[in-house]
Amino acid sequence: MIVAERKPFDEIFANAGKHHKVLLLGCGTCVTVCMAGGQKETGVLASQLRLASREKGVDLEVTEHTITRQCDAEFFDDTTSRLVEESDAVISMGCGVGVQFCSDRYPNKTVYPALNTEFFGATLEQGVWTERCAGCGQCIVDKFGGICPVARCSKSLLNGPCGGSADGRCEINPDVDCAWQKIYDHMETLGRVDELEEIQPLKDWSHNRDGGPRTVRKEDVRL
Amino acid sequence: MSEDPNIIAFCCHYCAFTAADLAGTMRQQYPVNVRIVRLPCTGRAEINMVLQAFVDGADGVLVAGCEPGSCHFIQGNLRAVKRVGQTKKLLIEAGIDPERVEMRHIAASQGPLFAQVSREFTEKIRQLNEEKRMAPTVAVAQGETT
Repeated sequence: MIVAERKPFDEIFANAGKHHKVLLLGCGTCVTVCMAGGQKETGVLASQLRLASREKGVDLEVTEHTITRQCDAEFFDDTTSRLVEESDAVISMGCGVGVQFCSDRYPNKTVYPALNTEFFGATLEQGVWTERCAGCGQCIVDKFGGICPVARCSKSLLNGPCGGSADGRCEINPDVDCAWQKIYDHMETLGRVDELEEIQPLKDWSHNRDGGPRTVRKEDVRL
Repeated sequence: MSEDPNIIAFCCHYCAFTAADLAGTMRQQYPVNVRIVRLPCTGRAEINMVLQAFVDGADGVLVAGCEPGSCHFIQGNLRAVKRVGQTKKLLIEAGIDPERVEMRHIAASQGPLFAQVSREFTEKIRQLNEEKRMAPTVAVAQGETT
């Protein structure tokens, strides 16, 4: 899923304070799971904005609404469109994709982001998420025991580890696991450690963002 | 004499709520402005329930749960402690004094303690209201923040 974190309150309030009526739009998918922009978090931010505007004497009316997904047109139903039209601006609690999609959908409204979108990640435990995929466009984790060196090695080395690996930790931060230590350990468990002697060629980065924003088309399902 | 502050007390059914009941049975006096909301456990107290209480006009919110180690649901009271801590941070961001929300542990047998906590908390909130009333008002122009 996409993992995000809420922006500092002052930044959000500064944007909201430019208007008199704002719609706080939550998203029910990834950012609900990572507890950053779902219905609950939308409620919390709405309450904070209401309290802050009252406390600071700012004329601000906040409406809150959460839809299932902000990155699919079908979830922007009539109710949502009406609420958007009735508001001066929208504060999206979706990821960066949701903010842009919402902005495209309502071109006459300013849409502000309430979150900082961080990465594609997994839940380690409740309240802890970590990066697992870099979206490089050409998955190669099968060669590395199911552990992605692009996303999880700080240097994205395909022929690691580097000299900074110590006691299973990365030199950038002792709290960060060395991805290459994990790759070796897991390949050993799988009985495939000899495969790591093969030198990996340069990765074809043309599938990454080098060619600009990417689009996937699946012709058989297009309408 | 300033007005009685509005206090909302989110009380656990198994301890603080029973203590409040006991306080009444024991003819203990506590301020009438403390409005009790009974919860099955303080672990049910969501952050936004507390914030919403402030939005709706509460001057102070008391979350009263079991003593550590005696939660009917094992650790609901400890979760409440963490959530109240987080709520204080959110209140600071919104410009509200974090002292207006407080977590207390009150066992079912401590009726007098419930009455005492209610009196003390009411007095503290009354004091904060008084300080706020005396403080110069800072008007913020639309489009600016402090």
